[in-house]
Parts: sequence; C-alpha cells; structure tokens
Amino acid sequence: MHRYILRRLFLLIPVMFGVSLVVFTIMFFTPGDPAKLMLGERAPEAEVAALRAQMGLDDPFPVQFGRFIFNAVRGDLGRSLVTRRPVFQELYARFPATLQLAAAGVLVAVVMGIPIGILSATRQYSAFDAASMGIALVGVSMPNFWQGMMMILLFSVSLGVFPSSGYGTLRHLIMPALTIGTSTAAIITRMTRSSMLEVVRQDYIRTARAKGLSERVVINRHALKNALIPIVTVIGLQFGYLLGGAVLTESIFSWPGVGRLMVDAIRQKDYPVVQGGVLLLALTFSVVNLGVDILYAYIDPRIKAQYK
Amino acid sequence: MAERLLEIDNLRVEYHTDDGVVTAVEDLQLHVEKGQTVGLVGETGAGKTTTALSIMRLVPAPPGRIVSGSVHFHGEDLLHKRLDEIKKIRGNKISMIFQDPMTSLNPVLTIGFQIEEAVVLHQGLDARAARARAGEMLRLVGIPPEREGDYPHEFSGGMRQRVGIAMALSCNPELLIADEPTTALDVTIQAQVLELMKRLRQQFSTSMLLITHDLGVVAEVCDQVAIMYAGTIVEYADVNTLFTNPRHPYTRGLFGSIPSLDEEVTRLNPIKGLMPDPTALPSGCKFHPRCPMAGEICKTRVPQTTNLGQGHSVHCMIYEGLVPGYEE
Amino acid sequence: MRTETDDIIQSSDEHPGELPEKLSPDEHPPLTPAPELSKRRGQWGEVWRRLRKNRTAMFGLAVVLLIIFTAIFADVIAPYSFRVQNLDRIAEAPSRDHLLGTDDLGRDILSRIIFGARVSLQVGFIAVSISIILGGTLGAVAGYYGGRMDNVIMRVMDVLLAIPSILLAIAIVSAFGGGIVNVMIAVGISYIPVYARIVKASFISIKEQEFIEAARAVGARDGRIIVRHILPNSLAPIIVQGTLGVATAILSAAGLSFIGLGIQPPTPEWGAMLSSGRHLIRSAWHVATFPGLAIMLTIFALNLLGDGLRDALDPRLKQ
Repeated sequence: MHRYILRRLFLLIPVMFGVSLVVFTIMFFTPGDPAKLMLGERAPEAEVAALRAQMGLDDPFPVQFGRFIFNAVRGDLGRSLVTRRPVFQELYARFPATLQLAAAGVLVAVVMGIPIGILSATRQYSAFDAASMGIALVGVSMPNFWQGMMMILLFSVSLGVFPSSGYGTLRHLIMPALTIGTSTAAIITRMTRSSMLEVVRQDYIRTARAKGLSERVVINRHALKNALIPIVTVIGLQFGYLLGGAVLTESIFSWPGVGRLMVDAIRQKDYPVVQGGVLLLALTFSVVNLGVDILYAYIDPRIKAQYK
Repeated sequence: MAERLLEIDNLRVEYHTDDGVVTAVEDLQLHVEKGQTVGLVGETGAGKTTTALSIMRLVPAPPGRIVSGSVHFHGEDLLHKRLDEIKKIRGNKISMIFQDPMTSLNPVLTIGFQIEEAVVLHQGLDARAARARAGEMLRLVGIPPEREGDYPHEFSGGMRQRVGIAMALSCNPELLIADEPTTALDVTIQAQVLELMKRLRQQFSTSMLLITHDLGVVAEVCDQVAIMYAGTIVEYADVNTLFTNPRHPYTRGLFGSIPSLDEEVTRLNPIKGLMPDPTALPSGCKFHPRCPMAGEICKTRVPQTTNLGQGHSVHCMIYEGLVPGYEE
Repeated sequence: MRTETDDIIQSSDEHPGELPEKLSPDEHPPLTPAPELSKRRGQWGEVWRRLRKNRTAMFGLAVVLLIIFTAIFADVIAPYSFRVQNLDRIAEAPSRDHLLGTDDLGRDILSRIIFGARVSLQVGFIAVSISIILGGTLGAVAGYYGGRMDNVIMRVMDVLLAIPSILLAIAIVSAFGGGIVNVMIAVGISYIPVYARIVKASFISIKEQEFIEAARAVGARDGRIIVRHILPNSLAPIIVQGTLGVATAILSAAGLSFIGLGIQPPTPEWGAMLSSGRHLIRSAWHVATFPGLAIMLTIFALNLLGDGLRDALDPRLKQ
C-alpha cells in the first residue's frame, strides 16, 4: 500500500510537468508584452528592452520554459506584473480561503447528497424520489454564478439574513458554500441513488436479506459501502469542478481566494498570477484525487489487494 | 407419517414486466417432511428459484408478486406473517444457499463477519462467542478458521460456496434451501461440496429443499423428488420410485435424455421443443405442445393430481384416464 | 448509475487514477454500448420507441426543439432588436411593452434572450463537436491500436484532466481573447479528455467482440473496420455524453462571459447579460434573473433528454 502511494506520488511529477507545459505554452503565446505591462504604455523603448532582457523574455521558448520549471520546483512562480510581489506569496495568502470554500462545498454536497440519494433509492418511484430527483436535476441545471446572485437577492437584499460579501465567519461562508456545493450535491444525490439501486440488485444483498437482517442493516452495512465506491470517485472529480467553480463563486461573493485573485489578474493581464493559480489548483485537484484513490483502497479490499 | 415441516399450497407468483405478466409459479403444491431432503428438479426457467424465494418471502417486488397460496412452516402460514416475524425466521429457522458463490458474498466484508452477523442477530451471542462460532463453522466446512479475516475475493468459487454453507448452517436451521448450490462450480468441486452438504445436513439434522436440474445430484442426495415444469409440479415421488417408475411424460423425457452407461444407446432422446415462452404459456396442460402422448383434451383441460399410492403423485391426463397411456 | 448529468460523472470509472479500470466487470460500468444493440437491425427505431415512452425525456426533447426553433427564427419572434438601446428606459421592470423588462442600456431583455439562444446553442453544439471530433479521434486511435500510442495519448489526457476544465478554458480565452470562436475552441478543447476516454473505452470493449474478429478474418482493413463496424456501435455513449455535454458547454461559455472573458457585447449572450445585471441586483432584479432562467431551462431540458437517451440506448442501466 505504501509503495502504491509512493508510486502514485511519483506519477504526479510527469502530470504536473505536463500541466506546467500546457499552461506555460498558453501564456507564452499570449499577445502583449509583460515588460511593457510592468512599466506602463508610455515607458521608453530602451527601458522596456532592458527589462525584457533582464526578465529573459527574449530567450527561446525551451530556455524560458526550463527556467520556469527550475524556479517553480523551488517554489518560485515569478512575480506579479501588477503588485510586483512573488506569485507564490500572493497564492499562499489566498489559498486557505479557497480550500475552505471548496471543503465547505464538498461538505454541503456530501451531507445533502448521500442521505437523500439513499432515501431516494430505498423509496424508488415514491413521491419523495420523484421530488428529490426533480430538484437534483434543477440543481445541476443552475449556473452557480446565477444561483449565487439569486441567493444574494433573496437572503441579503430581501431578507437581510446573510451578508452578500466578506470572509471570516460562518455567516459569510454559508451562501458561497451553498452556491458552490449545490450542483455537486445534486450530482452526488443522483449518483448515490443510481449506485444504490445497482447495488441492491446484487446477489449479496439478497444473501444479507436471507440472513434475516433488518432493512436498515442491509442498506447501511451491506449496500452503502459497496455503493460508496463510485460515489467517492465522483466526489474526487467534483472537487476539481469546485476548484474551477471557485473562480466564479469567489468573484460573486468577493471571497478573498485564489479564484478571485485569478479573475482580477486576468482583467489586469497579470499572466504570472493566472499561470500560478492554474498550476496550484491543478496540483490541489491531483492531490485530492490521489487521496480519493487511497481512500478507495480502504473501502474496497479487492483494490487494496492489488497494491499490497 | 412424519411431521410436515413445510407445506406449500396453490402457490402462484407473477412478475409484472414491460412485456407482460409472467406467471413464474402456478398452482404449486409441495411439502418437505422433517428430516427429509426433497429435490426440486426442472429446467432453467421452470420457477424453481422463485419457489424458493417465495418461502423466504424474498421474491423481488416489484416486479414480482405472490398472488395467492400458502406456505406453511410448522403449521404457520409464512405468507401471512408480518415482515419482522419473517426476519426472525430467515437465516435462523430457514436459511438459504445461493447458486452463484462468486456474487452471493459481500465483497467488502470479511467472510468471518458475514457468518458472525447471523449468529449475533439470531442467537444473541456477543462478539467473542460469535467469532468462536464462525471459526467453528469454517472448520466444519473445511476452511482454516484463521482465514475468517479474509475477504471473498481471496477464495475460489468452491471455497466461497463452503463459506455460503457455513453461513447458512451457522444458526442451525430446521430447513435449508439450497438453490443449485453446485451448478456454478467445477465438476470435481461439485462432488466435494455436495458431499459436504450431505454430511453436514445429517450432522445438524436439517431438512433440505434442494433445487437442481441435475438428476445425478438428486439420486445422490435426495429422499423425495418433485419434478417441476413451467411453474408447477408435474410429478412427486420418492427417489427410488421416480427413478424406476417415472410416470409423467416429461419425467420420462428427462430420463430419456440422460446417456446410460449400462445400456447401449445409439441416440439420446431429448424432449422435443423448447420451454414455453413464460409470457404466453400454453393453455390446458402446459406440457402438451411438447408431449408425445398429448391428446385433444390436454389443450384445454388443466390436469388434476392423481395419487398413485405410496406418496407418488402425478399431474397428467393419462392417469386420469382421459388420454391413452403407455403400453407396458 | 453513473450517471449523470454531466461528463464528470460519466467518466467516473475512468478518472485520472488507474484504479477504476481495474475493477472487476461486476462494478459499475457507466456507459458501454449495449451488446444487444450491436447486431440488431432497426436499432434506432427501437431506441426511438423506448425514448418515446419516456415522458420526461420527450418533454426535454420538446423544450430543446422549441429553443432551437426560437434560435432559428429569432428575427421573426423577438419583439425588438437585440441591439437597439433606449436610454430613457434603462433597467425598467417588466411591463406590457417589455415583458421581461429592459437592461442597463434600455434594451429589451426578452429579445436579447431570444437572440441569445442562438449564441448559446451555437457555442454549445460547436464546442461539443470540437470535443467529439478531436477527443473521439484520439480515443479511437488509443483504443484501436493500444500499446505505446494508447499510452502516449492517455498520458496527455491525464494532464488535461488534471486541469479543471473551466480553468483550462479560462486560461485559453484569457490568452487568446474572447469572442464567440475562441470561446467555442476553448470550451471544446477543455472537454477533449472526456470524449477520448469514453470512445476509447467503447472501442476496447467492441474491438474484442466476435463480429470484429469476423470482419478482420475476411480481410477488412483497419479503416473500414473502424468506420463501418466499431464506430456505429460506439455511438450510443457518445450521443448521450454529447447531449449532456452541450449543456455543460453552454454553462462553461456562460461562465466565461460572466467574468468578462467570453462573448463580447453587443452580442446577446446569456452569461454576459447576467453579468451586466450583477451590479443592478439591488435595484433591478430582473436584469440578472431572466437570462439565468433561460440558461437553466435549456440545461434542464438537455439533461432530461440526455438521461432519457441513456436509458433508451442502454436499457440495462435502467432501473
């Protein structure tokens, strides 16, 4: 198992290298001169040229990329063109807020999705099932940035229960977490339901019933653990969606996270920040998925056996 | 006459599907006496498994529905019991061994746990005692008790079926229903598992309903045999009688399709035709389209039970004197 | 099972880790083509028959067709031009003249939503086409040839999958600029891995089947086998994913426009309209509300249709 984890950690290296290459390439071919951006449009040509040389912007692509990777490995992602502060510091300061938001979103999704999905599956075709599936479908159909605005309209503007922006307290967290977690909750609900329905048809569930176990035990002990296997995968995948969604949600609620930093950076054409943000979120996503795969092995002994 | 442990009367089970209503079991009569092993024999789709699941009240609903009839166990009708009462019987007084050992055990729970579970539930043992009991059961079925912490995927099919047997016998049930317990296994393993079941059944003095399509298995294990065709029992007798003196044309056909080592047979005589489409069963006697002896009346009239003495009964118009019979 | 609504779930057994591929077949295969469809004549008739019985799917189809109809005949249906501003009537609440009110520049919101259907549907369908063509080709090559080719392609897909798709789209659009074409390309590229994986999975399962062996045995060439035999049989999961994918693509495009990276004014795009209503949320709720409802209705209908198609194409998965 440890060897498996090590192997998977090792495999992260080429993936992150690839991600860096993709992101760096996109940014490299972006029109616009970073040196000019830093110095302003009216800066003298000579000064711009000097800065370009100093930043190594005139070097060929492989050299620039190599330098980027070399620095990135040591935690140096360059400097913001706008604030001139190291990108790493900028991201580091904002990252906890984003993690907090994404984790709260996952929590909302899991706490709502799994129980509702189980209830739906055990009451297939009931009114509860129909209603929760209908609501779940609405949940996945709502653009989350719109949902956020509608929540602000209802809870901040009309009812005044929650603040429309800000950070720090639970009251500030509730609306952004619901916004970012809703579609994931809906997906997990649907997934849990269908996975449960698939599992309860299995022979071993019949065996469990034939033992005289109560339906509660059959579902919670025998069915759920098997049904969780695909659900856990989806939660991991959804985490990536949440990190991406953070970009939109954070800007709606003025949440001081990486997402809002990136949106601001895009507006100001502050590419090193955008680049660093994408890398950080991709790395987070990959690490979360690695965690999910390990969790997987703890749920399913068959998988664990393969990696002994 | 021995006590009737299980008595099924006029059982009718239907499955309601998109393509119509399938009558899986119709007018089924069957009984198991205490201490006996009854073989329930029939082709795939004859309704054997549905019969077994009906006894356990495990027919999946929807689409399945037990429409009518009764299943008396110790004189009490299981079909009219509340579900919580049924749950006290399942796995305790009546337990079941399933056909496919590869899918019948929960892949994410250890085999020890899966055995202990029933013991804890029905016999109120504490964790330690349940564990001891599980170990003992494993030893009885020939699996080292140390392996109780292993998961099903770490066992072969034959070993898993042994686990299934250990699980089914762990609460010392009065009736064991074994649904084709050896069909999914290799031929060599089949004999071992069958031998094990036979031995343990005697040791635990458990009555058994053995579902199979294999007359060889029946000859080896059963006291009584019920031949099932298209949802109903067509002939019932003790093993000797049935093997030496089969009466129903279908039963005769089954024996005709077994190659014999004693006689020189130039060709096998399989029963012509196929099992009828379950959504459109034939009228009258369900076997008539395939029956070499069928007369006009067989197309319209449902055959009644004819008792031939010594507990041998048959559902066929020949023995009601309505159709000419075999020349013997 | 699996599966649902969007690509994220569809690919759930196929995610970046390798574990799920190694699960035994009794696990939860999300979308493999139903084998019984493969040889039967008139399979599409059968699919249509099953789909027709599904009332929610037919409702979804009806709404999707209605939206397509609206998009095509926008010029005839819309009461006003989408670009005519009326600075005397800025951010007016819904009234008899303007059923859904006016926006921050006094334009009729209903008309802009009607024209916006054009943009959103175009972006959705074309982006998904890009994903299917590129992702499908890569997946087909990987699945059919296997070996090193497969390895290289799938490792590249792993890299793309490691970047949350909206982020990849944001990165592309922020580098190359907004506009309808760039948005289509960016969104299309960001979903390539989803289709590559689906197509690869179905290619692998189909190419092992006997009728492919038979075709090869009679001397059919690779190209012919792929186009004539494998492709038709792997269409089912692609169609289902594609339908759900249009929904996801529309959402992504709207998201890009919302943060100002997507379709540029004055083109009426739902996400951009929402964005322009954002600072009016306290004074004129309708400006942001109605475009959002339009997006939601479209996505909802596509999801209903996609779910129905999945059930109709692969009846084994239906509960």
